[in-house]
Amino acid sequence: MIKVIFFARIREHLGCAGRDLEWHSSVASVQDLRTFLCTEGGASWQEALYEDNIICAVNQEVVTPEQPLCDGDEVAFYPPVTGG
Amino acid sequence: MSILSVQVQEGDFDPGRLQNELLGQAQEEGAVATFTGYVRRSNNEQNVHGMRLEHYPGMTEKSITETLEEAADRWPVHAATAVHRVGDLAPGDQIVWVGVSAEHREAAFSACEYIMDFLKTRAPFWKKELGDDGESWVEARDSDVQRAERW
Repeated sequence: MIKVIFFARIREHLGCAGRDLEWHSSVASVQDLRTFLCTEGGASWQEALYEDNIICAVNQEVVTPEQPLCDGDEVAFYPPVTGG
Repeated sequence: MSILSVQVQEGDFDPGRLQNELLGQAQEEGAVATFTGYVRRSNNEQNVHGMRLEHYPGMTEKSITETLEEAADRWPVHAATAVHRVGDLAPGDQIVWVGVSAEHREAAFSACEYIMDFLKTRAPFWKKELGDDGESWVEARDSDVQRAERW
């Protein structure tokens, strides 16, 4: 299982806080996962998940799109942070 | 070995009490530097009526802890505390408090500024402001990224 979560503007844009996916070879990296989600979700997902400066974290560490994914990973997509 | 503490909470905090707790954790301090951040009353010439702060539970604490550890590696810090609020806030409310104790002021000032610069650019918090024209997500600022890149 891969747990995917979305935050802030991305979550609102998608109307979705997150979803669980079975791990399979077509979601073996962050880039593959994003392609899979956009293929399923259509234009609004494509727009949200390819937003400029979108950040991806795997198991709560920021990663690049090439990051491989394993069964059990938690993957988060979020916009640039604005705390403090 | 520095004593590091991170709290993410909905409730308000008392800076005086946090500073006393920081001092109570270690001996031989000659200096404490602190920073308190507040909700602005206006932004981009609009009045701010309120703010909602969202975060990524777990990663937020982990990310701030890493920042405190980095600061403690770079400067001789005795203790460092970061407190950040989430949820609904009003103009003028306190949002964030960072305190650093050290033997001398240079380490305390530098570590406190370093922690704030990286908290602002790395910790997964997002602000949504309620302004005159309704709700809007606060945009990240390049100047914050540039400040963090100085280190």
